Amino acid sequence: MNTLLKATDIHKSYKMGKVKLDVLKGVDFQIHKGEFVAIVGASGCGKSTLLHIFGALDLPDRGYVEFENQRLNSFRWSKLDRFRNKTVGFVFQFYHLLDELSVLENVMVPAMASVGVPGWFRLKPRAKKKAMSLLERFGLQDRLRHKPYELSGGERQRVAIARALINEPPLLLADEPTGNLDSRTGNGILEALKELNAEGQTIVMVTHDERIAAQVTRIIRLADGKAKEVMLNQ
Amino acid sequence: MVQWILAWRYFFKRPISILAVAAVALCVFIVIVVMTVMSGLVEDFREKNHTFTGDCVIESDSLVGFGYYEDFLARLSNEPIVEAASPVARGMGIAVIPRVNDHYNIGVEIYGIDPDLHSRATNFAETLYYTEDISKAFIPVYNTSLPGCIPAVDVIPIGRRLPEGGYFHWNSPIVLEFIISAFPLNSKGVLARGGMDPINTKSFYYSDDSHSGLVKVDGAAVYLPLQQAQILCGMDTPFKRITSIHIKFKQGISVRKGVETIRALWTAYCAEYADKPGAELFGHVRVQSWQVNRRSIIAPMETEQVMMTMAFLMLGVITVFIIFVVLYMIISHKSKDIGILKSMGVSVQGILAVFLMFSVFVGLAGSIIGGAIGCLFLAKINGLEDWLYEHYQWQLWDRTIYAIGDIPNKIEPQVVTIIVISALVACLIGAAVPSFQAARKKPVESLQVNQL
Repeated sequence: MNTLLKATDIHKSYKMGKVKLDVLKGVDFQIHKGEFVAIVGASGCGKSTLLHIFGALDLPDRGYVEFENQRLNSFRWSKLDRFRNKTVGFVFQFYHLLDELSVLENVMVPAMASVGVPGWFRLKPRAKKKAMSLLERFGLQDRLRHKPYELSGGERQRVAIARALINEPPLLLADEPTGNLDSRTGNGILEALKELNAEGQTIVMVTHDERIAAQVTRIIRLADGKAKEVMLNQ
Repeated sequence: MVQWILAWRYFFKRPISILAVAAVALCVFIVIVVMTVMSGLVEDFREKNHTFTGDCVIESDSLVGFGYYEDFLARLSNEPIVEAASPVARGMGIAVIPRVNDHYNIGVEIYGIDPDLHSRATNFAETLYYTEDISKAFIPVYNTSLPGCIPAVDVIPIGRRLPEGGYFHWNSPIVLEFIISAFPLNSKGVLARGGMDPINTKSFYYSDDSHSGLVKVDGAAVYLPLQQAQILCGMDTPFKRITSIHIKFKQGISVRKGVETIRALWTAYCAEYADKPGAELFGHVRVQSWQVNRRSIIAPMETEQVMMTMAFLMLGVITVFIIFVVLYMIISHKSKDIGILKSMGVSVQGILAVFLMFSVFVGLAGSIIGGAIGCLFLAKINGLEDWLYEHYQWQLWDRTIYAIGDIPNKIEPQVVTIIVISALVACLIGAAVPSFQAARKKPVESLQVNQL
């Protein structure tokens, strides 16, 4: 299988007052193209931290992450911005939509961020078509002009997934995407992610819900700052 | 593109933006109004001093004056840069106005002039109320055989200044005698008739009054025919003396170059007359531009204007602080958005642009609103003051005390432009620190997702 992302000896610690808390103590693992990987573990074990390091939102204290054999810590600022814009799509537990923008605009933000003002006028028709098709796929075609606060939790999360996919990133990182939803809505989101994965989308999802984790292709358990592969469904 | 949209939406959707715009608008409004009124007062004052003196003044700093001026005036009349030149004999005196029960007296400055020449070199004719034919300015209409005088408007002790500004005038000049006494000085600078009655006294009759708009002049000047003033002040010696020559240059001649030319002419003239009796008096004579001649009078007002400008720079600092506080509050509320944008690949410069553009929108809106209200207020300021006086007897300046007509309200486009640009710069400065802080935030900190 082709390795998409590789983490080597990742260490990360935080200061909690005067106490230094070592969260990740040498995490090693790989993610292959087309996988749907769940990272599970107890609350506070560093699942989200690891996901942020994968997505270049945070830096490890030691160790490195390689994406398609390129080390992220060797990237310049502009390349890191491009990496976050083009290569990864984020889905957060609390959706993190921009309240000032409509549903359609929220979905188009990564596309807007990828070009300047003149470029946007060229790109806009294509980006809009893509955004509308994604929103239609997630059943939100009637919500295009609505603001995020006018939507339900499940709808917001679907908008967040559409936004994460607008630039067609090779890697989708989902941080507890169902954690803030009731089980029925959460299942709907999980189904949507599974469908995407079936179409070839690589997904890394953080969850603390082992029943949800059981539906993915591979589970990585974080415990004592280390990663252990616990199950292989395929 | 997302930066433009977000900056625009923050501007319209955040109620705090209204406060920021209001703060900028208020500052712009105050600065435009005060600077326009202040600049107008200073410019008006400068212009009045200019028209009072002409472009160039050849003046003795002694009351003794200087002689041989007729020849120099003749040379000036042939000079292509000179439009007109007026000799003036100035002295100090006392004016006594006989009344039924008592005598009113006042210290005066005597200005001996040729009204025709003086009106060509200065705006003297425009300061008069009744006179239509300037050559007859010193002829009282009620008795043309009497010697006339033109006192400045506040020398006349009959309280004619109106509360709403301007002066009360009868239909024609009233019969009013001015007994003017002066202290004649000889060419050595001592009393010409020492030991005997040292005073020259003569009666003149009110023919018109002069309103120059300059408080010091309007409160003390009495204009007399040049020859009469020379007699009163002891300047009618074998070589007649005057104290100054006021010169107006032809249109298009710069004051600086004109003064240089006149100075060279005067120097050559003094050298030519160096052997004449009384030539030592040339040593007290200065050739000056009107600005230099009136510097001691204009400078305090200009200093005041500079002080006002400094005070308004402080107001600019307050604007910067207000924008800083507003932006700081907005950014602290928008911390999450910064994280979201960064997680989607928006660069540091992009985040910076969002908040700097927001501050530009605030600055532009505030400047436009403040500028528009300021211009409207200035356009109506005199009407508003009239209304306030009519209904509440309130005036910005008490016109019975201050020689101000209308409140200056001429808007200078360059002043407005400078104020608007300053407001924008102030907004950008105020936004710079919080914007940089926002741009430098780590995405995970902004998203508050560092919970483990």
